[in-house]
Amino acid sequence: MNALPKKTRTLEVDCLARVEGEGGLYVKVRGDRVEDVKLRIFEPPRFFEAFLRGRRFTEAPDLTARICGICPVAYQMSACHAIEEACGVTVGGPLRELRRLLYCGEWIESHALHIYLLHAPDFLGYESGIHMAADHAEEVQRGLELKKIGNEIMTLLGGRSIHPINVRVGGFYRLPAQRELKNLIDRLEHGLALSLDTVRWVARFPFPDFEQACETVALRSSGETEEYPLNEGRLVSSHGLDLAVADYESRFREEHVAHSNALVSTLDGRPYLVGPVARYNLNADRLSPLAREMAEAAGLGPVCRNPFQSIVVRAVELVFAFEEALRILRAYEEPDRPAVDVEPRAGTGTGCTEAPRGILYHRYRLDAEGLIQEARIVPPTSQNQKQIEADLRSFVAAHLDLPDDRLTWQCEQAIRNYDPCISCATHFLKLEMDRS
Amino acid sequence: MAALILGVGNPLRRDDGAGAAVAGRLAGRLPGHVTVAAVPGGAAEILAALQGAAQAILVDATSSGAPPGTVRRFDAAAGPLPASFARASSHGLGVAEAVELARALGQLPPHLVVYGIEGEDFGMGEGLTPAVVAAMERVAEAVARDIDAANPVHYDVVHGEDGGL
Repeated sequence: MNALPKKTRTLEVDCLARVEGEGGLYVKVRGDRVEDVKLRIFEPPRFFEAFLRGRRFTEAPDLTARICGICPVAYQMSACHAIEEACGVTVGGPLRELRRLLYCGEWIESHALHIYLLHAPDFLGYESGIHMAADHAEEVQRGLELKKIGNEIMTLLGGRSIHPINVRVGGFYRLPAQRELKNLIDRLEHGLALSLDTVRWVARFPFPDFEQACETVALRSSGETEEYPLNEGRLVSSHGLDLAVADYESRFREEHVAHSNALVSTLDGRPYLVGPVARYNLNADRLSPLAREMAEAAGLGPVCRNPFQSIVVRAVELVFAFEEALRILRAYEEPDRPAVDVEPRAGTGTGCTEAPRGILYHRYRLDAEGLIQEARIVPPTSQNQKQIEADLRSFVAAHLDLPDDRLTWQCEQAIRNYDPCISCATHFLKLEMDRS
Repeated sequence: MAALILGVGNPLRRDDGAGAAVAGRLAGRLPGHVTVAAVPGGAAEILAALQGAAQAILVDATSSGAPPGTVRRFDAAAGPLPASFARASSHGLGVAEAVELARALGQLPPHLVVYGIEGEDFGMGEGLTPAVVAAMERVAEAVARDIDAANPVHYDVVHGEDGGL
């Protein structure tokens, strides 16, 4: 091959943890009774907890972001808050608002992808988003445009949309120019209109009659700030939980189960649900007026108990995310510095933020030099595992007459209600039916 | 953008970095109208990268059971990519899905070729296994031949009946 003198234009996007891992579903049926349902999830966080040891506190956001390609900001935010707590620092003011704005970007791109390409096809009877695209090109284009706008927010604030490089303990490395931020307003107004169309579209989907009573868990802001939760708050539940994040491990336990390499989470020994439905059920009063209005018009009551309607809740959260992003941009005043100084010290810190899929908990113990001695990371999808299993058990019991291949597909659909993270959870769904 | 070479995959998952390695091998060595890029994956990102390209060549790792280092080349205009490019679940949307999405939306570049390099090790860590390194170098050469400096939308198709090189 001849080397040619002209320079090529080179673009590089760094890597994310690609779709990987195997998921498995094991169902044991005796006669007409479902004896056992086990959901296996691949667990990258376990690996990360180990290799974080000995790393500098400043590296936690960048390293943990690699756990997930869809929600890197969630990992960066939980990591930053935990490290900052350990070091006795609070990031407030405009930097706090910029963090919320960045998170809105992630919610937008994550929810848009799930709604349009992963979930909607189930309701419209399509095998996949691709099959749906041929007949519903306009809607799919809308979803891709929404995702693109979410990515634009992340690129502007985070430096790039995949594994943002601009996030650091204490704030950011570089502040975007005022002009750049203001230019985003037009795009966000366009996105808001598209998100309203999204709610109207999904509200009309046929929803199976299926209600699950379960305990929902989310953050809820306390004190003066009455905001829909993103980075801060106390842990609350539908069953009366009201807990500081620092006390998470006193009530939430991870148990090792023999059938899986994953650890499964319980709250006082019980399964629980995190994510958009949990957030909505516990914080609907904190949504923007427009988002609340859209929720009501879409037929969502004060609480949502039908997991299939999670798609409507995600659409409402899209509206909220655009409203919140616009609010922040319009009120934004550039801070003096892109970050607050954070000096390392020995100690432990916790952080819990609302990833698109639910609460993501981090804890770090640092030595006096700021080297990580111990790390604990609990992602939302693994916290939902037991509840997903419980739902599947009910679901399988009601559909035992179906042939195995059809039942597998229906189980996959049921699992999609939870928007399991493709990097953290089920990838290939292998159904093993043990009928005896 | 006249021509695009897009390496797809995650270099932190060993042989999954084959696509990015091809892009890295070609960066800076092709004429100015050729954009060389690498993306980790994700149908929406691949679709966005393809926008406006008259000619595009994607390079991705495959996991199909073929001997490691097997190279296959497909003309996406001719029909859907084989199942080995696709993920088993609709959760994971990669190259095959991106191509079919583009096709369904009428956004397929007029000329789109996909190279698949069969990987052996997709575990954690950097570095390609030897068979994949060799295949990567062959593919880089083939891609450079495909991109014609004088006429960006003309290229020679040199491959066996089964797409093998």
